[in-house]
Amino acid sequence: MAKSIKLRAKAKDGVATVKCLISHPMETGLRKDKKTGKPIPAEFIQEVVCESGGKTVLGAQWGSAISKNPFLSFKFSGAKSGDSIKISWVDNKGNSDSHEGKIK
Amino acid sequence: MNHNRRTLLKGSLAAGAVGAAVSAGLLTPRTVMAAWSKAAFEAKDVNAALTGAMGSADAATSDQIKLKAPDIAENGAVVPITVTSKIDGTTNMSILVATNNTPLTSTYELGPNTQGYISTRVKMAKTSDVIAVVKAGGKLYSTKKEVKVTIGGCGG
Repeated sequence: MAKSIKLRAKAKDGVATVKCLISHPMETGLRKDKKTGKPIPAEFIQEVVCESGGKTVLGAQWGSAISKNPFLSFKFSGAKSGDSIKISWVDNKGNSDSHEGKIK
Repeated sequence: MNHNRRTLLKGSLAAGAVGAAVSAGLLTPRTVMAAWSKAAFEAKDVNAALTGAMGSADAATSDQIKLKAPDIAENGAVVPITVTSKIDGTTNMSILVATNNTPLTSTYELGPNTQGYISTRVKMAKTSDVIAVVKAGGKLYSTKKEVKVTIGGCGG
């Protein structure tokens, strides 16, 4: 699951705006395969954690009702350009990925 | 000369191994936050979901929360939702879709510097109220908005 996260973070007047896109199927487990009629097993992200400068900024818990290829945006203060920012996720199958970038 | 080269190679190999171990250790967000609340996400009605996610279902309506969502969603699989809370000391936020099979879509735990702003995209099975619930100072506040869905987002 490498490189599943696209991350953009921009600081303006001490407030960082973070936008991230994760590529993930987010299967609910309710859909059926049209050819075989068998249900497609659930596969969705359960936890997303964002850290900046070693501190947790946002902890998110997701259910299967978040759209495919999830988008998440949030803001936090006390940030400056060049600070590190890290996003990581774990899904219900135990897959995970993380990405570290810098605030612009 | 040759000897120096060996040492350099050894050194960089060791550093690489340590780096790999550190990043492997950091790949587990489970250690830093509360466990995923299965009961809340599998609850079939709004009150049960709220109790599981926020500890209570008793939320006062507040106009300090802004819920931005489309009036009509053409595609229920991707409905953009933005929640902005102007209440001081907002610590948690949840987004629910009332008539979804499992209403709770997501819940967020905000850090001390994090502002009351979350934007994401959710799936909606049919026309429903979208409810944003905010926890500030141990109390719950909520606001809702109806979104009409023309094509269902769940079940293809």
